[in-house]
Amino acid sequence: MSARRPAEVLDWARAFAEEELAPSAGEFDRTGQLPGSVIRQLADAGVLGAVVPPRWGGAGMDALDYGELTEVVGKACSSTRALLTVHTSLVCETLVERASDRIKDKYLPDLASGRRIGCFALSEADAGSDAASVTTSYTRQRDGFVLNGRKKWISFAGIADLFLVFATDNGVLSAFLVDRDTPGVRTAPMTGFLGNRATHIAEVVLTDVAVPEENLVGRIGAGFGFIANTALFHGRYSIAWAGVAIAQAALEEMCTYATRREQFGVQIGAHQLVQKMVADAVTNVDAARELCRQAGRARAERSVEAVMRTNIAKYFSSTIAQQVTSDAVQVLGGNGCWDQYPAERLFREAKILEIIEGTSQLQQVMIADHGYKTFARKS
Amino acid sequence: MNSEAVEQDGAAGIAADIRGFVRANMTALTTAELRDEDNIFEKGFVTSIFAMQLLVFIESTFDVTVPDDHITLRNFSSVELMTGMVAKLKAATG
Ligand SMILES: Cc1cc2nc3c(=O)[nH]c(=O)nc-3n(C[C@H](O)[C@H](O)[C@H](O)COP(=O)(O)OP(=O)(O)OC[C@H]3O[C@@H](n4cnc5c(N)ncnc54)[C@H](O)[C@@H]3O)c2cc1C
Repeated sequence: MSARRPAEVLDWARAFAEEELAPSAGEFDRTGQLPGSVIRQLADAGVLGAVVPPRWGGAGMDALDYGELTEVVGKACSSTRALLTVHTSLVCETLVERASDRIKDKYLPDLASGRRIGCFALSEADAGSDAASVTTSYTRQRDGFVLNGRKKWISFAGIADLFLVFATDNGVLSAFLVDRDTPGVRTAPMTGFLGNRATHIAEVVLTDVAVPEENLVGRIGAGFGFIANTALFHGRYSIAWAGVAIAQAALEEMCTYATRREQFGVQIGAHQLVQKMVADAVTNVDAARELCRQAGRARAERSVEAVMRTNIAKYFSSTIAQQVTSDAVQVLGGNGCWDQYPAERLFREAKILEIIEGTSQLQQVMIADHGYKTFARKS
Repeated sequence: MNSEAVEQDGAAGIAADIRGFVRANMTALTTAELRDEDNIFEKGFVTSIFAMQLLVFIESTFDVTVPDDHITLRNFSSVELMTGMVAKLKAATG
């Protein structure tokens, strides 16, 4: 296996996104399928293992380049970008940081090369924002654990080979890597989504699934505090860039249309009310990208600020993605509401970002607390 | 100063640094006072995401690597337990 250099991966992704992904994103969305050939090409080019250190066959990409990679892919196709969020950010980055060398040696080379696809199984029907309240259970067995429960909304569970599963033993949360072909593992596809339609979302049903001791990720009880939070920290960074990506795509649609379409004898871009939407979009996209870069720099420095910088970037960029895509639909008028133009798809995809990896409301709660701590006068 | 005193002084310094970091990051609207033996998660002083930040803070401030088998919520749940862990890790690395 020859690990690729970060610059090579980025260059390849730029061309692939523009030539292959962007023209097909509408079709992936309509058919609800991300073709295996696309996943294979991303894997072979080193995109899926971008952030994994070369020791395990990855490109060892840093946070800022990975952000750019996420934007490049996400601008072309949200469902493809979601594969990076789930497989690369939530699973690979978490294992790199938190798993034992034994797990890393066993799984990371296959995950980095994309020979196996990973997914992240935390949410359940009754455990969403309050993710620590999961009821999927584990019990100790002589040489491992037995898992029982039902996970919901799991992106790429329909095609994944490995599941990072969070389970509880009377309130003690732990994380496990579960192979798809373990007896007792079943997935049930979920359809009918607003966005992320080609992400093979499924329920994961675990019935007396035996997991070997060595597949425990971190220690017993490390599940939420360290493993899930590490994963969500990486997932949020990915979603922050996903917001920039979608907003940038919408901005380009809006500007292109406003300079071509004429009404009342002039280009619609000449109308001041249209200019307001364009100006807001330009400004917000720039601001969101800078917040993402700021978070990226904090991550690269392993600063304790990185968590809050990431929350702020995720909150802002998902919020503006929603506004910019809504304005893009507005600028395109009837065509904005029609699936022969990308605006309506971007609008649907943007809304998802305000819900996944911690809803906007949860980000607001954390950011407000940060505000009180930082800005309330002490005297 | 004898070596025990130096060690105690070291532990007091570690505790002060950790206490300061926890205080600075406690939920802003709490009025409770932080005691070294308090379980900061159970008392609601911080949320669980802070565990990750504590790990980064401890490794970068005290120049130690917290081994895998020490990374449990319990070891990070009070100033007292974190101080003990850091002192032990520092002693082990000389
Ligand atoms: C497309 C898609 C893909 C997904 N992929 C995955 C995946 O791969 N893996 C996985 O584990 N999960 C996945 N999820 C699940 C996702 O993480 C949850 O939907 C999300 O955490 C929100 O949980 P919920 O849907 O139960 O909403 P709820 O938690 O029920 O929230 C509903 C509303 O109440 C608000 N609310 C809740 N608590 C508070 C509070 N304390 N303060 C203020 N407001 C609050 C929320 O902000 C929201 O507006 C996916 C979801 C979607 C839609």
